[in-house]
Amino acid sequence: MAHRKPPLYDVYAADATFTEFGGWDMPVEFDSIRAEHAAVRESVGIFDVSHMGEIVVTGSDATALMQRLTSNDVSALAPGDSQYAMLTDESGTIVDDTIVYRLPDEETTRYLFVPNAGHDEEAYRRWVDHRDEWDLDAEVRNETDAWAMLAVQGPDAPDVVDTATDVDVTPLSWGEATYADIDGVRSWVSRTGYTGEDGYEILCPSDDAETVWSAFEGDVTPCGLGCRDTLRTEMGFLLSGQDFDPVEEPRNPYEAGVGWTVDLDTDFVGRDALAEIEREGVTETFVGLILRERGIARHGHEIVADGEVVGHVTSGTMSPTLGEAIALGYLPTTLADPGTELSVVVRDQEKRAEVVSTPFIEDN
Amino acid sequence: MFETPEDRKYQESHEYATTDGETVTIGITDFAQDELGDVVFVELPEVGDDIAQGEEFGVVESIKAVSDLYAPISGTVTEVNEELFDRPELVNEDPYGEGWMLKVDRADDADFDALLSADEYREQTE
Repeated sequence: MAHRKPPLYDVYAADATFTEFGGWDMPVEFDSIRAEHAAVRESVGIFDVSHMGEIVVTGSDATALMQRLTSNDVSALAPGDSQYAMLTDESGTIVDDTIVYRLPDEETTRYLFVPNAGHDEEAYRRWVDHRDEWDLDAEVRNETDAWAMLAVQGPDAPDVVDTATDVDVTPLSWGEATYADIDGVRSWVSRTGYTGEDGYEILCPSDDAETVWSAFEGDVTPCGLGCRDTLRTEMGFLLSGQDFDPVEEPRNPYEAGVGWTVDLDTDFVGRDALAEIEREGVTETFVGLILRERGIARHGHEIVADGEVVGHVTSGTMSPTLGEAIALGYLPTTLADPGTELSVVVRDQEKRAEVVSTPFIEDN
Repeated sequence: MFETPEDRKYQESHEYATTDGETVTIGITDFAQDELGDVVFVELPEVGDDIAQGEEFGVVESIKAVSDLYAPISGTVTEVNEELFDRPELVNEDPYGEGWMLKVDRADDADFDALLSADEYREQTE
């Protein structure tokens, strides 16, 4: 099957190298991952993240439907607010993670949520099936192809996004969003991101994506998914399909370190299983590791202690900020305390490693 | 677009070999370093180890990729560029110069004959 292409593909095709991700052809690198990473940490970069899905849910039962299918308390959201949430199955296993926005709308209740690349169709089906099963009054639309999503991230992001928009976006607190015009294009501008830096994510119509992208040309470094991955790994943020996956890496939110997105006072698919897991406690947990020997831990590498395999790496890279090999993975809770020394097996060689707390760098 | 100097020979898997008549210097090509992106780690054999033409002799890792290295010629390692352990970025900055990987005792002429000329390698990467 042909890969999906973001609306800006032809705009930057000559300037970037591409990779397949979640069924999409996405830019992995423009100049160099290291330079792009530094731009986001020190000034500002722009990412095309149009491979992220957009599902819109409206109607008098929209809140009930969202509540039943996400782990967090949707009813706590005021218009213009967002929250991070898990999509779990009946056993409490994470199927995907998402940001849920409550959109301002005087006529009806309206939500937009953002599933990961390649998960939009399955999320849409899940919402429609559950709506029908519970006979709820809600309209569900998969608008993934209609929207482009750009992330402007870095300490200088407030300045450049504020300059580009017709309304003052600097008062937005983390997680808040507003409608704003960028060169005449009505956009949804949200103070969110996946880099650990200050920044904004901008949703605009696909047909106008080039106008919005061009509004940041010159001032802002174009960035690919390569540095998006190093940036999020330095923060210890989960990557769907890699740090958790319903088939390859089945994990519940408590193991994955995102128990704070679970509100057991709400009734959602997986709630009862998670209440029991929360009561009994988990035996494995998501940790950060730093290699203390030369080498790079990668996805799938085993973690050993006293000659026994005790866990495995789910994400690993060379941290451009630290100049050290960092990794994320799962370990028994008994071996998860920062300072615990163990090894990661890299091409049949044990490399000394140490458990550290995440984020690996200071959180901005 | 990529440098492919005439003073050396090339292997399809993007390693080069060049000789001064005494020793052979081995590394990866400008094309290869560009494909890999920012090199952050190299794993190389030790002095005294034997390498064999077409066989793996090490690993080069960029931020995004892990790639095996294949020996362009057979021989015994006489020197390893240990500078790369602290500054793997030299592979990106100067693949044919400071970014060299191994020096190996003089190889058979037959090993060199089996490699690609600069022109032939250039054709492969275009």
